[in-house]
Amino acid sequence: MAGAKFLKFDTQSLHAGQRPDPATGARAVPIHLTSSYVFSDVDQAAALFNLERPGHIYSRISNPTVAVLEERLATLEGGVGAVCTASGQAAMTLAIMTLMGAGGHIVASSSIYGGSRNLLAYTLPRFGITTTFVHPRDLDGIRAAIRPETRLVFGEVLGNPGLEVLDVPKVAAIAHEAGIPLMIDATFTTPYLCRPFEHGADIVMHSCTKWLSGHGTAIGGVVIDGGRFDWEASGKFPTLTEPYAGYHGIDFAEEYGPAAFIARARAEGLRDFGACMSPMNAFQILQGVETLPLRMKCHIHNARKVVCFLEGELNAEKGAVAWVSYPELVDHPDHALASRLLPHGAGSIISFGIRASGQGGGEGGSRGAGRRFIESLTLFSHLANVGDAKSLVIHPASTTHAQLDAEALAAAGVGEDMIRLSIGLEDCEDLIDDLKQALRAATKG
Amino acid sequence: MQLTVNGTPVFVHTGGREIDSARPAARPAIVLIHGAGMDHSVWSLQSRYLAHHGRSVLAVDLPGHGRSGGEPLDSIAAIADWVIALLDAAGLERAALIGHSMGALVALDAAARHGTRVEAVALLGVAERMPVHPDLLAAAHAGEQSAIEMVIGWGHGPRGHGGAQGGSCPTPGLALIPGGRRLMASVRPGVLGVDLAACNEYGQGADAAASVACPALFLLGALDKMTPAKAGRALAARVKSSQVVVLPQTGHMVMTEAPDAVLDALTSFLSLRRG
Repeated sequence: MAGAKFLKFDTQSLHAGQRPDPATGARAVPIHLTSSYVFSDVDQAAALFNLERPGHIYSRISNPTVAVLEERLATLEGGVGAVCTASGQAAMTLAIMTLMGAGGHIVASSSIYGGSRNLLAYTLPRFGITTTFVHPRDLDGIRAAIRPETRLVFGEVLGNPGLEVLDVPKVAAIAHEAGIPLMIDATFTTPYLCRPFEHGADIVMHSCTKWLSGHGTAIGGVVIDGGRFDWEASGKFPTLTEPYAGYHGIDFAEEYGPAAFIARARAEGLRDFGACMSPMNAFQILQGVETLPLRMKCHIHNARKVVCFLEGELNAEKGAVAWVSYPELVDHPDHALASRLLPHGAGSIISFGIRASGQGGGEGGSRGAGRRFIESLTLFSHLANVGDAKSLVIHPASTTHAQLDAEALAAAGVGEDMIRLSIGLEDCEDLIDDLKQALRAATKG
Repeated sequence: MQLTVNGTPVFVHTGGREIDSARPAARPAIVLIHGAGMDHSVWSLQSRYLAHHGRSVLAVDLPGHGRSGGEPLDSIAAIADWVIALLDAAGLERAALIGHSMGALVALDAAARHGTRVEAVALLGVAERMPVHPDLLAAAHAGEQSAIEMVIGWGHGPRGHGGAQGGSCPTPGLALIPGGRRLMASVRPGVLGVDLAACNEYGQGADAAASVACPALFLLGALDKMTPAKAGRALAARVKSSQVVVLPQTGHMVMTEAPDAVLDALTSFLSLRRG
């Protein structure tokens, strides 16, 4: 018997979730800039409001353009469904609010995006949700940090900006032993490089602003439900397994089976918190997703070339580079893990340290060298983003992770000398030339 | 809702409203019977609507499936008898039976042999015979993922698979094929093999159809590769009082691929009203 055929990743990047517009035949995804949708009759209206029939009511809750992106990203990740949000931070908040209320506790990797860290460390405690941070390589520490009230384990496939690789299968097993799900921020890897559900994760989120878009024109996020976690068996998630008065006593796990989490995230989270994605942004992000496989191949190619160049600088006598971190390097602590989880490439973020010259005038030390380096670059853009088609650079200690104290900076692996590069799609010879001249300028002091 | 059927605990989803067995005329009962390796949640886009439109709904988890206890039953006739025992346990004299795939054979067989208990049948994705390829049967018995891949892959039409003309799940933000895959993966090991063997071995479809006295609706997917619409039509022709609705651009998973069209057909067939 012939095995069943499924469309492959590259094809799904272009087609999943969409069919030619039934009204016009439009091949591109139409931008449905409408707040609301006319009901065909009173019965249909009542049925939509009571979740009896599928469909759109109001664009805060769902929108046809956004739904194409949601289904496409769910398909690419292998999840049962997705909810797109106004930003990656909104996706993270939505997931947490769907899983727990005041009294809930999260165990999170200490090496995560500074904005996520801020949400968990400083903002959510005001609402009664606390977080214990553990180094992503400290698996025993993760296990030990889980308490009876813990409702989520959270980490990034590639730590930001330290590039630690999270051992997703082992961390998932630790979470599942405790009857709680693992949520992964897979922004740095995209489903092209890693599909966390295949490694045991239960929920995946992205900032769509980054590699999924590539163009740096739209802010957006997504939370995707793997559909595998057994909420009923866990018994720790009443939001998913007990009647919800918001929809006349609906029990999401009973009603929707594997899609319980994402159904509640939409029916409650988008409805009440309202951090929805605009259809215009969904359209822009879809343009990026269509070329995701092509772009990721080029990102990886260029990143490997730049790493090679920086390694050369590292090994050169009087070279300007103090260290280079990229998970494909054999001396990276997670090299073996990266080769298992990220066989198609370890992303296009590279961290490295600038060697302080300690001579000459001007601002000394590694922070000063870093500043001179960034200001001397002509092709790399100095800004607070990653994953654009254009190459980017930032000094995390003074920007994205500036809210962290010295101890937290150390725990996040952020040194004063650290430069984070996001390698884009330019000709890599041009990128290397730019890095070369900026390193020279940095070390002149 | 929990019931006990033949001494075994059984889970029945009632679509958000309690069943009304005391007043069968006010809210006549409907039993929704899922297919092989699935559970009540495949009916989520019908059960809630039906329960709020004048019907007592029993979307059941068959023995060994979903939240029900016991072992899966190994023949279509045994499951059909079990459905009648379910009516007894729920205090229901009669019900309409709506079944999908294996569940459709169950509804057909129950209507043929227990005619006084069955008000009407709606059969989704059905054929007189449902032979299962030996490779699929072996993979299902062995609990191999390839069995799920075959059922989900062959079972979905373009709404699940996508492609230039397909794509777009009816429910905003969901993806049909990963959803189906996860549902089947949650079923206990060995259950799919028992179910598929029951389908494979059922040879009484033609005789059963000829014995059905109640009205019968056939809801068939025009692109169904597992139970082609042509076979469904042939079976319908054997039923005294039957009507056929063929849903365009739809595969075998009619109730998830075309939920509104399925509801519209059921609404008309059962003369439903909001209440």
